[in-house]
Amino acid sequence: MKLNSSFNRSLWVYHFNSGSCNGCEIEIVATITPRYDPERFGIKLVGSPRHADVMLITGPVVHKMKDRLLRVYAQMPDPKLVMCIGACGISGGVFFDSYNLEGPVDEVIPVDVYVPGCPPRPEAIIHGVVTALAKLERLQGERA
Amino acid sequence: MTPAGIAVLLGWGIFLSLFALAGGLFLLGIDRKLAAHMQARIGPPIRQPFIDIVKLLQKENVVPENAISGIFNLAPVIALASSILILFYLPVGSILPILGMYGDLVLVMYLLTVPALAMVAGGFASGSPYATVGAQREMVTMIAYEFPLAIVVIGVAWRIGAAGLSSPFALATIAATPIWTVVGPLGLIGAFILLLVLAVVTPAELSRIPFDTQEAETELAGGLLVEYSGRNLAMFYLAQGVKTLILAAVIVAIFFPWNLSGFLAMPPWLALPADLLFFLAKAIVVLFFAVTLVRVGMARFRITQVVSIYWRSLSVIGLFGLILLMADAALPALVGVGS
Repeated sequence: MKLNSSFNRSLWVYHFNSGSCNGCEIEIVATITPRYDPERFGIKLVGSPRHADVMLITGPVVHKMKDRLLRVYAQMPDPKLVMCIGACGISGGVFFDSYNLEGPVDEVIPVDVYVPGCPPRPEAIIHGVVTALAKLERLQGERA
Repeated sequence: MTPAGIAVLLGWGIFLSLFALAGGLFLLGIDRKLAAHMQARIGPPIRQPFIDIVKLLQKENVVPENAISGIFNLAPVIALASSILILFYLPVGSILPILGMYGDLVLVMYLLTVPALAMVAGGFASGSPYATVGAQREMVTMIAYEFPLAIVVIGVAWRIGAAGLSSPFALATIAATPIWTVVGPLGLIGAFILLLVLAVVTPAELSRIPFDTQEAETELAGGLLVEYSGRNLAMFYLAQGVKTLILAAVIVAIFFPWNLSGFLAMPPWLALPADLLFFLAKAIVVLFFAVTLVRVGMARFRITQVVSIYWRSLSVIGLFGLILLMADAALPALVGVGS
């Protein structure tokens, strides 16, 4: 995995809903509105996991979505990042310890950045992306 | 052809290919910046498409298990190569078409379908239902816009031929005699209508909103390109840029072929870059009105609406423009006979 500065300036984001209540979705859509304009940093929402560099996961992973999540994660080309949006994905949130959960997201696939909140504000999501970029840069520094 | 001639041709070919790649990405960047400003955003830097390409080239190139890998990998190469090839038949700035003696506007019209056909082949070969639906829609769109495009090509070339010029389909002739200079008042209206028709065909050729049903992100998750990643996606991205440049070059060559060096006296070493920059400026203006303004202002049409718009509305408008051009050529003779 070789990364350079172009990767940081052109993150294409794919959004995966693993059983969310749609609150986080609305905040994600609010994040890509002209008010916050993430496209000025090259961030773009794409429809296919094959085009994506970052996967935004919302919701706790329910039984039915586990296989799909694993499959979509495998479909993303390397190098890839995973961002977990919302309290549900971190701990289960209000669905904590529920019988129909496959546990929080990080028990299914590796997560790079957590954005807490129920739902997180757009500022928090942007901060999460910045943290993801910082993590990428740190990884590059370790590799160099 | 002599070896020296072949060497000159190759040199121009390499220069034009690099110009096509860089200019195409530059036009994509301008398009994104202008669209962002129209939506009261700051928008990405103009070099954003270059950054995207560099990033895509670093990504893993996934070939799906149930794809036909040969066609799947060949399609992006064909799409990129054929779109660059079209530029060799078009005048760019003051550079006359370097393969102009082998093909004319009709050949350009046929060649314009090759990148789209390569995308269709790649879509069918990727073995994904989304890509298959996208490929079918691309074919339908192609059939839809081909007829209005043909009307424009025939109309302009016929009028230039009727003005007494030999080989009216050759792009060197069309570029040397702007259509506006050979027509009367009726023909001016007719030529303007044909310009509008060509401007409406442009978004469909480039699969941009409102005619991007084949790539519809919200329904088809990227459509034709859904399974492409890494290097192959980068090649389709480049092909999209080159196609943008080519469509602009077609409109510029047919309707706005003037060069800066034709108005201002300047030494030859200055004329070439000045004309190229002027060409890019014309391309930006054309694309702003034909693509950027339209894609910001409109939503996507359904695939059924696309067909009826092109076959019904636009064909009738185009034929009306064609009739005006024909009347423009025929009327002086009729009036002359009457008097």
